[in-house]
This record gives sequence, C-alpha cells and structure tokens, in this order.
Amino acid sequence: MAVRRLFTRDRIIFNIIGYMLLILVCIICILPFYLIIVGSFTDEGTIIREGFGLWIPKFSLEGYKLCLKDPTTVLNAYKNTIFVTIVGTVLSIIMTTMTGYVLQRKDFPWRNGFSFFFFFTMLFNGGLVPYYILCIRYLRFKNNILALILPMIFPVFNMIIAKTFMRSIPDAITESAKIDGANDFLIYLRLIMPLSKPLIATIGLFSALAYWNDWYSCMLFIDDEVKFTLQYYLQRLLGSVDALRKLADKAGIAIPQLPMESMKMAMTIITIGPIILVYPFVQRYFVRGLTIGAVKG
Amino acid sequence: MKVNSRSKRLKESYSSKSFSQLISENKVLLLMLLPAVIFTIVFSYLPMGGLVLAFKNFRYADGIFGSPWVGMTNFKFLILSGKLWPITRNTLLYNFAFIVIGMVLQIAFAIILSEVSGKRFKKFAQSSMFLPHFISWVVVAAIAYNIFNYEKGVLNNLLVSLGRERINIYNNPKPWPYILIFLKTWKGLGYGSVVYLAVITGLDQEMYEAADIDGANVWQKIFRITVPSLIPTIMIMLLLALGQIFRGDFGLFYQLVKANPILLPTTDIIDTYVFRALMSTSDIGMAAAAGFYQSVVCFITIVVFNYMIKKIQPDYALY
Repeated sequence: MAVRRLFTRDRIIFNIIGYMLLILVCIICILPFYLIIVGSFTDEGTIIREGFGLWIPKFSLEGYKLCLKDPTTVLNAYKNTIFVTIVGTVLSIIMTTMTGYVLQRKDFPWRNGFSFFFFFTMLFNGGLVPYYILCIRYLRFKNNILALILPMIFPVFNMIIAKTFMRSIPDAITESAKIDGANDFLIYLRLIMPLSKPLIATIGLFSALAYWNDWYSCMLFIDDEVKFTLQYYLQRLLGSVDALRKLADKAGIAIPQLPMESMKMAMTIITIGPIILVYPFVQRYFVRGLTIGAVKG
Repeated sequence: MKVNSRSKRLKESYSSKSFSQLISENKVLLLMLLPAVIFTIVFSYLPMGGLVLAFKNFRYADGIFGSPWVGMTNFKFLILSGKLWPITRNTLLYNFAFIVIGMVLQIAFAIILSEVSGKRFKKFAQSSMFLPHFISWVVVAAIAYNIFNYEKGVLNNLLVSLGRERINIYNNPKPWPYILIFLKTWKGLGYGSVVYLAVITGLDQEMYEAADIDGANVWQKIFRITVPSLIPTIMIMLLLALGQIFRGDFGLFYQLVKANPILLPTTDIIDTYVFRALMSTSDIGMAAAAGFYQSVVCFITIVVFNYMIKKIQPDYALY
C-alpha cells in the first residue's frame, strides 16, 4: 500500500482530473437543492418580477406561512405520510424478514418452490390495468388509507436481502433451539431478529424511503383531500396552480395575491426536509444494503 | 462436502415421510409464510389472470370475468391508433440511453472515487452524489419547474441576463430527450457508483501492489486491472438492465412531462400511454392490450437475457 500512496506524476494528474470531475458532480447534485431553498425564502413579488434566482434578494417567510396556514391540507398530508410510513415500514419489515427466514431454512422442504413463487413476480406481472381494476373494483381501495400501505408491504427485493443476510447466521442457533423444543416463530422472533439489527435497519430504511416518497398509490386511489400524502399534495400544487392561474389570466380574473410560487418551493422543502435531516445518519445503512443485495438471493 | 451429505440426508428424510407428516412438522413455518403468500396471490398473481382483459370489452358493472370476450379487437384498435410503434421506440431508445450513459458514468465515478486520494473529500463527494437517489420524481419535477419555467425559471433568467432570448422548454419537444436522460443519470449516479465501488474495493489488492512494483502508472492500473476485473459485473448489470428494457420509468416520464400533448411525440412511453388510456375510461380496452403487449414482451426479453447470462456465467443467472 505504501508504494501506491507515492505522488508520482501520473497520480497527480489523475488526482487533479478526478477532483475537478468530482467537484463538478457535487455542484450538479447539490445546486438544485440550493435553488429550491433560495426560492422558498424569496419574496413572492420578486419571483413574479425577476423569477427564481441564485440568491435571495428579498427574504420572506410567506411561502412557509401559507403552507402552514391551511391545516386541513398540508398538516393533514404530513400526518398521513408519517402514519403510512411508520405502519407500512413496520409491517413490511415483519413480512420480509419472516418470509426470508423461512425461505433460508435448509430443513424447510418447499423452500425452492416458494422462493420461485415469490421470485416469479419479479419476472412477470399483469401490469397496471388489471392491478388498477382489481384494487378499485374488488378491493375497494378508493379513498381507503389501506391503499397507501398494502401495495408496498412486501417488496420481493427486500425479502431476498433478508434471506441472504439470515443465511449468514449460523444454522446451529436454529438447530439447538429446536432441540430445546422452541417453536419456529419464537426462534425467529427471539433469536434471529435480535441478531439481524443491521438487516432491519437497512430494509427498514429502504421501506421508509419508499413510503415517504410514494405518490403513485395516492394518485391512483385517493380523491379525498383529507387523505392526501405529502408527495401527492406537492404534485397537485405544482400542476394545478399553474393551470388555475392561466385560466384566470385568460378570463381576466385576478387571483388574490397569494405567494403561490414561493409556496411551491416551500412545500418542496417541507416534503424533503425530514429526508435531508436524517440523510447523514442513514446513508451508510443504504450503502450496506446495496452490498448485501448485490449478492444473489 | 459436509453440506452436500447433509442435504442428501434431509432429502432422504423427506421422502421417507408422508406429505401430511411433513405439513404438520412444518406447520409453524408454513403459517409464517402465509401473509406473504396471500399478499403475492392477491397483488401479483390475480393481476396476471387479469391480463385476459386485453381480449375483453371491460364493463365496470360486469367485472373482469363477466365482461364479454371480443377477441383481438382491442389489439386491432391499438395498432390502428398508430401509437404502438412510437411508444415502443421511445421506451427502447430512452432505456438504452439510460443504460449506456448511466453505466459508463457510474463506472467512471466508481473508479475515480476508488483511486483519488483524500478520504474526507471522497466521503463528501459520495454523499452528495447519493443525495438525488433519496428524493421522489415529484420533487425532481419541482426542481425542473424552478429551473426551466418560461417566465420564472433560473435558466431563462440567466439567458436574459446574458442578453439571449428565453427558451420555452415546456413548449418544445426537442430538448426533452436530453433533459430526461440527464435527470435519470443524475438521480442514479450515486447509487450505481456505490455498487461498482463495492466491487472495486473487494478486488484483490495484491494485483495492484504487484503492478506498483512493476512500475505501472494509474492509467495502466485502471485499464489493465480495474476495468477488466469489472467486466463480469458489467456484463451482469447490463444483461439485467436489458431484460427490463421494455419497462419504462413511469415516475420520471409522468412527473416531468405531465402528459403535456406538445411534448408527447418525444416523451410518450408504453407506461405513460397505458396510464393515460386507462384514465380516459373509453380506452380501457386499448390500455389493456398495450399492457398485455408490454408484459409479454418484457417476460420474453428477461427469459432470453437470462438464457444468455446462463451461457456466459451460470453463477449470475437470475434463476
């Protein structure tokens, strides 16, 4: 290793090029977030006159105030998103680890059959149309909060990660507990789960992120504003206000001067805020999950 | 060897037992599987059965099974609509660009991150690159709005201050392939390079030490050791991605384009077409036919590519 660290000419050139490219990519990756923050704190009049900028000419909190002024929508969306994320993540962790545990048990006679049963759904699926009709007509998902939780409760990919991880826990633990007469569910709950904390952290974060960022289920199944999630609320805000304003312009009606533009940016910040806050602490679990997942299930 | 004899022993013990005996011995494990099995039947296997809708005239009141059969009529209308080819072409071309450009950049940055010195900065760079992975396409659409909006966008303000004309990006289908490819690559760069970086850090360090002793420079080490060592991973990732080439990223195309009819010629993919057709209830038949077509073609490509992986490197085959 010591030899590699020597700063030879080629290494210096490589470092210069590498640093320049990395700095460029860092700017490209962070700048959009900065622009949104700037937009969210800029005074509405300035945005209307000069547009979004690279810095804040006139500071204003109106966008955020407007977001929080209407508790029936934004705060409700926050509540719904938190509820769906917590319940969905917990249920999803239980489903994926329990299934993964059974499927890696070498003494379970039908493990290959069941593994294929789950795996096949990654290869072939019915697509949106039958899924949508099934959920709306037969499962009565319209405006049902379950529609936001159930569809993502069992990601096969997470189950495969769980299975791969649990395979590395020595079989002797299960075997000796069996000899002592323990039941399989208790072995999973009391012995295997405490040994799987890194796994739980990883797939829990995968799941939580998926639920937090989900707009698709809400768009398909929810009409009732009270049940909107943050992402879907933001989606509607980005789209509908523009349409409304255009319509009003055409009809010559003045929309009351609401800080709509800064509100859109403020709403974006409110939506991603929690992710950005926990990001530094959870990032390493994601990296770990990727490396576990890279191993074939 | 030990494992082999053990699994043989297990197999013998299975065959000596009756089916009901096996069930009762494994009843707790089977019960533990039950929730996932029910979930998968309801949300995955029932919709597969629902594919028959492509051959039916769906009427909400009659349900999937009560609706009358119409043979190939839905497919006939789909073909006559002239949409099938443009959406297939767009889906394939976009995915192909995503795969090639994404992979090249992910590998390049994984190599840069592994070779460059300065641990702190590397960590910071990796974190920044990973950040876009954590936001939804809705938020990306908000970012695009901030940058590209005709009257208020940052880009147009910049153009005006440089004395150039504003460009109305939301009114012009031409730049969209570049924008969409850029955004997809932007969002996937950190995630992809972490995967390749994990492979690179797992490589045998002795190879590099030997190369150092022989006086190899950085470039030689990259192109003679790192890149060749990554080839199996690259092949697998490539084949896996190609297997999904008929399945578009609905979130990206839907959130960024918002079904804007002016942009659709260059941005409509199978997934967005199916969604729009489904939502305008009169076209459910066509949506079902297009969805059926996508499911089947997707399945065939996966099977074909998996067969190819099996030929090249059986260890990496999906099944």
